[in-house]
Amino acid sequence: MYNAKYIIPGIIFFLALAFVPVVYNMGHKFEVTPELPRDQKDCVLPTQEMRDKHMQLLNEWRNEAVRDGSRIFVNAKGQKYVKSLTNTCMSCHPDKAKFCDRCHDTVGVAPYCWDCHNLTPDQKSPIPPVAQAATGGH
Amino acid sequence: MKSNRREFLKLAAVSAMGIGAARLGFLGDAPAFAESVPTVANFEEGLKAKHWGMAIFTAKMTPELNAKCRKACHTEHNVPDIAGPKEIKWFWGANYEETFPTEHGHYLSEEIEHRQFPLLCNQCEAPMCVKVCPTQATFQRPDGIVMMDFHRCIGCRYCMAGCPFGARSFNFQDPRPFIKSFNPLFPTRMRGVVEKCNFCAERLAIGKLPVCVEAAEGALVFGDLSDEQSDIRKALREHFAIRRKPDAGTSPSVYYIL
Amino acid sequence: MLEKALKGSPRYWGTLIALGLVMALGLGFWLYQLTFGMKITGLNRDVSWGFYIAQFTYLVGVAASAVMLVLPYYFHHYKEFSKMIILGEFLAIAAVVMCLGFIVVDIGQPQRMMNVLLNSTPHSVLFWDMVVLNGYLFLNIIVGWTSLQYFKNDMTPPKWVKILAIVSVIWAFSIHTVTAFLYAGLPGRHYFLTAIMAARFLASAFCSGPAILLLLVLCLRRLTGFDPGQKAINRLAVIITYAMCVNIFFFLLEVFTSFYSNMPGHIAPFKYLFTGIDGHDMMVPFMWTAVVLGLGCLLFLIPTPIRQNNTALTIGLVMLVIASWIDKGLGLLIGGFTPNPFETVTVYSPTVPEIMISLMIFSLGGIVLTVLWKIAIEVRCEVEGGNLSMVPPPAE
Repeated sequence: MYNAKYIIPGIIFFLALAFVPVVYNMGHKFEVTPELPRDQKDCVLPTQEMRDKHMQLLNEWRNEAVRDGSRIFVNAKGQKYVKSLTNTCMSCHPDKAKFCDRCHDTVGVAPYCWDCHNLTPDQKSPIPPVAQAATGGH
Repeated sequence: MKSNRREFLKLAAVSAMGIGAARLGFLGDAPAFAESVPTVANFEEGLKAKHWGMAIFTAKMTPELNAKCRKACHTEHNVPDIAGPKEIKWFWGANYEETFPTEHGHYLSEEIEHRQFPLLCNQCEAPMCVKVCPTQATFQRPDGIVMMDFHRCIGCRYCMAGCPFGARSFNFQDPRPFIKSFNPLFPTRMRGVVEKCNFCAERLAIGKLPVCVEAAEGALVFGDLSDEQSDIRKALREHFAIRRKPDAGTSPSVYYIL
Repeated sequence: MLEKALKGSPRYWGTLIALGLVMALGLGFWLYQLTFGMKITGLNRDVSWGFYIAQFTYLVGVAASAVMLVLPYYFHHYKEFSKMIILGEFLAIAAVVMCLGFIVVDIGQPQRMMNVLLNSTPHSVLFWDMVVLNGYLFLNIIVGWTSLQYFKNDMTPPKWVKILAIVSVIWAFSIHTVTAFLYAGLPGRHYFLTAIMAARFLASAFCSGPAILLLLVLCLRRLTGFDPGQKAINRLAVIITYAMCVNIFFFLLEVFTSFYSNMPGHIAPFKYLFTGIDGHDMMVPFMWTAVVLGLGCLLFLIPTPIRQNNTALTIGLVMLVIASWIDKGLGLLIGGFTPNPFETVTVYSPTVPEIMISLMIFSLGGIVLTVLWKIAIEVRCEVEGGNLSMVPPPAE
């Protein structure tokens, strides 16, 4: 191999750099506790499933509701829900800051849902009472 | 033709203000919209049709009524109130020349010449906007409604070039600061996407007629064009109606009864 | 070969830095547009496409410069073009890069651009335009770069390069045709709705593209002493002249159809552009300038003795480029959207930020072109043993 004395340390340095976040977080327990509604026991899907797949579910909902006009979601228990982020999800989880943002901020994602969608079905004015940056800010 | 339009807009603005004030009460901070959140039961009663269409008794559509419908529509759908050529509108009014520019009617009857015609998306049977959209953000539902999927729109504005009726508006800026009367049950838009009338697909889904039809005191007839027994077919059977620019080949579903 | 772009005279670096500075300035305006939205443009509800898309359309034409060299060279074995052909291919690359840039700045949600691939829609002409433009870009990169590499190593390019070059000729016709179809299929836009649109696009591309190439080559000859050969220059000038005549002829066909038929919708855009409607006459001076320069350039280009004088040729080409730019890079789009669907006039004129953002993309194209041409010339220099990039301009 040509220039091995430069290339091999270079590769090692690069790998070290790439793994810094992994090493840094090793041993730290990752836990986020979003505030759950007190008067409701069941979500549209079991909690664990919602935690893992709510983004896929919301993506399916938006395509089915907007594109196919199918607006009623039936879960495994046979319960029916309206496919609506603001009117269904946010009716039970009215505080975006204590629910959505806790996780999203921790893992560093900024979905742009709130650029269009309202925070709750009884919101008074069109501008969400949060800073632009916190909403995804497109 | 310019001055007519300006006059109408002024009139529309004044009457919109009047209606707005009546609706809001005394500038209270209670939301203008007091509708309840639609339930699963509401959605199970959705209205269905093979081909939704609208017939307009233009003689009954006074400028005041037009403004009332516009206000109802723009409130229902959180349409921002932006002045100038970058405006956004789903429902508006125009004179005969602007509504039917291909008719070139000389010696028009005075009454027709001064009539204000409501304009909205024609929900065409062969919509050009759907054909040109590169992402299928604009698409046609089986019931004929030409819908926008705002999630998917890239803002290329090809649909605006394709539409022969000027029915589409582009969000040149964040629309939220310009929303005067707000409906929390319907989303707003973000900037960079195109929007237009959706024939109140969200209301049809819960068994309600479009909000302009509800506001129009019978001047707008809405129904299934492929059902011979429907009110709209009855209205079209009994009255002479024309469509805007039929030679553009898009076959509008909105009929103007003169 | 890329290393050739890393070493150069102060003039070379000066050019790149100057273009980079203009680009940085434009970038600032683009960030402004990305932050506040397209409200900073002069576009509006009725004229929803403007300066950006017009530049895109014009530059699709410039990308054709290569084909007027590649076609005679590969199809008719016209070997005089051998020195210029690589410059044409590299100009095509720069032009297509600028085209894509103008699309990116024009759309309202650029971060969603990949939706065009994710939701491929064959009934949308815009989808096909994306396909043919990217295809043309890659064809020119592959053909240009490989043949230059083989030239550098003093070898004949492999057969597949020749096949791809021939494909690129046919492909070039597709980029104009599909771009014309973007417009020519829209009902209710009378200035666009014409069967001859694709033919007009080809004619205007085949005059303006090679004209820009030839102007740049003449400039290059003065600056670096690179000489494509007077014979090649004269022949390309003849091609440009024919294409310009056809271009003007096609435009007159539009005028005949609109005015003899007396169809109000078809006449209205011409009226707006050439006389103004309801006192809106912003476009009138531009369009008449285009008429004067477009016809005037033929006085320099048609008579052979004048055309073969390089000063007169330069003047003629500059006139041609300005005329065709006003026609296609300004009038076509504005005329297509005015009057609006209500047969009233909504005035559009580009704003300063819009022009600055356009300058950013032109500078980007300039940088791509400078780097690519530098490589091409250095390679030729190396093979032929001269030092073309440093020699003073030859005494004429």
